[in-house]
Amino acid sequence: MAFAYFPHTEDDIRQMLDRIGVESLEDLYSDVPQDVIYREEYDLPDAMSEHEVRQYFEALAEQNTSLFCLCGLGAYDHYSPAVIPHIISRSEFLTAYTPYQPEVSQGTLRYIFEYQSMITELTGMDCTNASMYDGATAAAEAMMMAMAATKKKTRVLLSEGLLPQVVKVVKTYAKFKGIAVTMIPCLDGVTSYGSLLTELAVGDVAGVLVPGINKYGIIEDFTGFADAVHAQKGLFMVYSDPSSLAVIKTPADWGADIVCGDSQTLGIPLSYGGPYVGFLACTKDHVRKLPGRIVGATKDVNGKRAYVLTLQAREQHIRREKATSNICSNQSLMALYVTVYMSLMGPKGLREVNELCYGGAHYLHDRLLETGLFEKAFDKPFLKEFTLKTKVPAQRIQDALQLIGVFGAVEVEPGLVNFCVTEKVSKESVDAIVGYLAEEVAL
Amino acid sequence: MKYYDKLIFDLSKEGRQGYSLPANKWESTVSELPAGLLRSEAPALPQVSELDVVRHYTNLSQMNFGVDSGFYPLGSCTMKYNPKINEEIAANPVFAGLHPLQPAETVQGALRLYKDLAAALSAITGMAEFTLDPFAGAHGELTGLMVIRQYHIARGDLKRTKIIVPDSAHGTNPASAAVCGLDIVQVKSNPVGLVDVEDLKPLLDDTIAGIMMTNPNTLGLFEKDIREIAALVHACGGLLYYDGANMNPLMGVVRPGDMGFDVLHLNLHKTFSTPHGGGGPGSGPVGVAAHLASHLPVPKVVEAEDGTLYIADGTCKCASSPEGSGAFGPACGCAPECKCGCQACGQISGFMGNFGVLLRAYTYILMLGKQNIKKVGPLAVLGANYIKESLKDVYKLPIPTVCKHEFVFDGLADQSTGVTTLDVAKRLLDYGFHAPTIYFPLLFHQSIMIEPTETESKETLDEFIEVMRKLAQEALESPEYFKEAPHNTPVGRLDETTAARQPILRYKDLV
Repeated sequence: MAFAYFPHTEDDIRQMLDRIGVESLEDLYSDVPQDVIYREEYDLPDAMSEHEVRQYFEALAEQNTSLFCLCGLGAYDHYSPAVIPHIISRSEFLTAYTPYQPEVSQGTLRYIFEYQSMITELTGMDCTNASMYDGATAAAEAMMMAMAATKKKTRVLLSEGLLPQVVKVVKTYAKFKGIAVTMIPCLDGVTSYGSLLTELAVGDVAGVLVPGINKYGIIEDFTGFADAVHAQKGLFMVYSDPSSLAVIKTPADWGADIVCGDSQTLGIPLSYGGPYVGFLACTKDHVRKLPGRIVGATKDVNGKRAYVLTLQAREQHIRREKATSNICSNQSLMALYVTVYMSLMGPKGLREVNELCYGGAHYLHDRLLETGLFEKAFDKPFLKEFTLKTKVPAQRIQDALQLIGVFGAVEVEPGLVNFCVTEKVSKESVDAIVGYLAEEVAL
Repeated sequence: MKYYDKLIFDLSKEGRQGYSLPANKWESTVSELPAGLLRSEAPALPQVSELDVVRHYTNLSQMNFGVDSGFYPLGSCTMKYNPKINEEIAANPVFAGLHPLQPAETVQGALRLYKDLAAALSAITGMAEFTLDPFAGAHGELTGLMVIRQYHIARGDLKRTKIIVPDSAHGTNPASAAVCGLDIVQVKSNPVGLVDVEDLKPLLDDTIAGIMMTNPNTLGLFEKDIREIAALVHACGGLLYYDGANMNPLMGVVRPGDMGFDVLHLNLHKTFSTPHGGGGPGSGPVGVAAHLASHLPVPKVVEAEDGTLYIADGTCKCASSPEGSGAFGPACGCAPECKCGCQACGQISGFMGNFGVLLRAYTYILMLGKQNIKKVGPLAVLGANYIKESLKDVYKLPIPTVCKHEFVFDGLADQSTGVTTLDVAKRLLDYGFHAPTIYFPLLFHQSIMIEPTETESKETLDEFIEVMRKLAQEALESPEYFKEAPHNTPVGRLDETTAARQPILRYKDLV
């Protein structure tokens, strides 16, 4: 009967039942209709010991193939400093909940404040919240903010250059909320300014969401975008990779009202897609429309500097159906993860990460072209991931790479494949991989 | 806990670094990018050494209270012990290194986890199928409501745009419904704290998409009329949504599917022992009855006849469907049993949810096994009733019946000295306990909602009871001191008003 997570002895249970004044544990369910009580054995495995659990998961892990990652498309294999897992496993952080009692939650509140400070630094925006689930849901929340901020409008415009999973999630939220979504096509690999103007002229646009770096890996140039959107009283929104913002022009400098994206690029392991951490930032005009937790600085009764959840009148536990969003739990521990990452890297480390990615990606790009298996798809600036057109069926290249334990050449669109290089990729590995492709894959 | 006053920015000094990166052997540099695409000025992130970082965050952690620090009776949050083996399993480098777009044949183990965890949750709840994509409880609510709406839309039943929500519901219920584009109709609680069936009846018509129920509800009371409510709602064509935030007392005892629920979400960070992480990451799997399974979101894991697993992303691959009709919704005309996901409500997460949290939850289920699961609910309920019965003479107990995993006091029994629920919460912190949930549910003015969980020993509960009794005494003897609590925490009560009126939300605005 004894089990490591239940501290009760038979005697404890007896004494507790006596205090309550019932005979048995079953009596505690006397208010439950007896025909809904489940009396059968659960269709679950037998209880395992820790050792058996370890063996189970080791066997499960073996059913996967670890691949050397040359793929981006929304999840990036960046280096993660050794310090971070140690800090985020501190149980005072790990086993706490939302900091409802600020007097015993200054640790959580402080790192959220630091996180907010760093995300606003990178994006150039005035404010951000304590985190969102992931980039795609952050984009959906951005859309809802734009709807709330512009009241009577019914449409949002999305660039075709956004990652497909982001578009799918935003469209799902839009469908149920009754928001019309119009796609702005890409022209020569970037969001078409002409199509944007055409759609804006149709009118009724609450907001426009474009990718800072698009699904082809191209860094977009938004000259004229913000003015055009603002002229129609819509909000200009950018989906950004926060890591890249250490070196590329900030969304704030492009005139963005709202910025969203996924901070997985700030050192979070791939982890088969999660947990990651979305972010959502805006200008101060829209702070009261931000969803979720926000931490503010204040003082305690003795004048000590302290931090607290603030502007809570936006939130579901106060406003219920009139809240700016339904979000309650977010990805707080992952916000700590990226906060520690940004603290360790600093402005120079983040710049260096981008330099390594840029140098490696351009080297791989040029070497791949030399194999004759690829040709340029676009002639546009990129940072760490890029798209090439294949001269052989794309699947053949992906399969060939997989044979040597490499994951890359994922098809973005028919005939167009993605490659991504992070600071974890060495010149030697690029040379070996490219040499192998040139040798083994026939035209 | 000691007070430590610094922000990481305060430690910054030009020229320090906390990272090590490979030497740059590449030829191209970022400066080759067009000048108009480059950032003009480096971000003002801190420049600190590795030890600076380690010490700073260690100091911050010491101003925090977690389940590992002490008793955390936060009602409706199920702050149970987070087993350490969960963390070890989730840290496995093989799982941590999988890219979410890797081909299915290279991630069969990960996909198997989705299948096996979903099957275990089905066994525990009596629901036919699960999606593990939702990131948190509220996200699960939204997903479940999307499934409900999709079900009505697929049947051409377009009038059903209202959802019934009890007045005692968690705030996320009406908020999720609003995000899902539903209109909220409130149903009242009766004097004994349960959904008022007579108040419900006139609300039921052909515009009702469904009802969201929490059972046991936020007062910790089992909705004993659930079978009748289910029959009434089903008779009007609506569906029943189960808010699994309060699943813990029923774990191993009652399966929501057997009560007539069509859709539910679970909070793996509550019932299934994954850590709350200071407010996430959580996970909010959604389970549905068989007739709703095709509307679960994509991507979803599907088992082929030969036992291999693959991912259906919603692109219709059915032989019968017209080429390229894919996307969402039933437009392709597939049969409801179609597995390609083309009838899904849509996609609600970038990839497939918080995989790392799923690993932890399944670890917990394997540790529990079929043997121990039957004790989870009863021991949680035992603890709650034990505290309730031990304190009901000194705290006001508005509803005296047997409770489930939690219960609500309406403040001190003797409130003559003006000591409020807020004061009780703050004074508890001085005694080394986390405070219960306060001022929720909204049905009472001085709500104190207490949830102990099954992982707390009788000794811990006895200490808590003793302190709570002492507080009731203190409130009469020294109310002024009491109202200034906490006294022994790193900071005292905060000026929340100024924080909201003149928000300072980043370091730049602080200095």
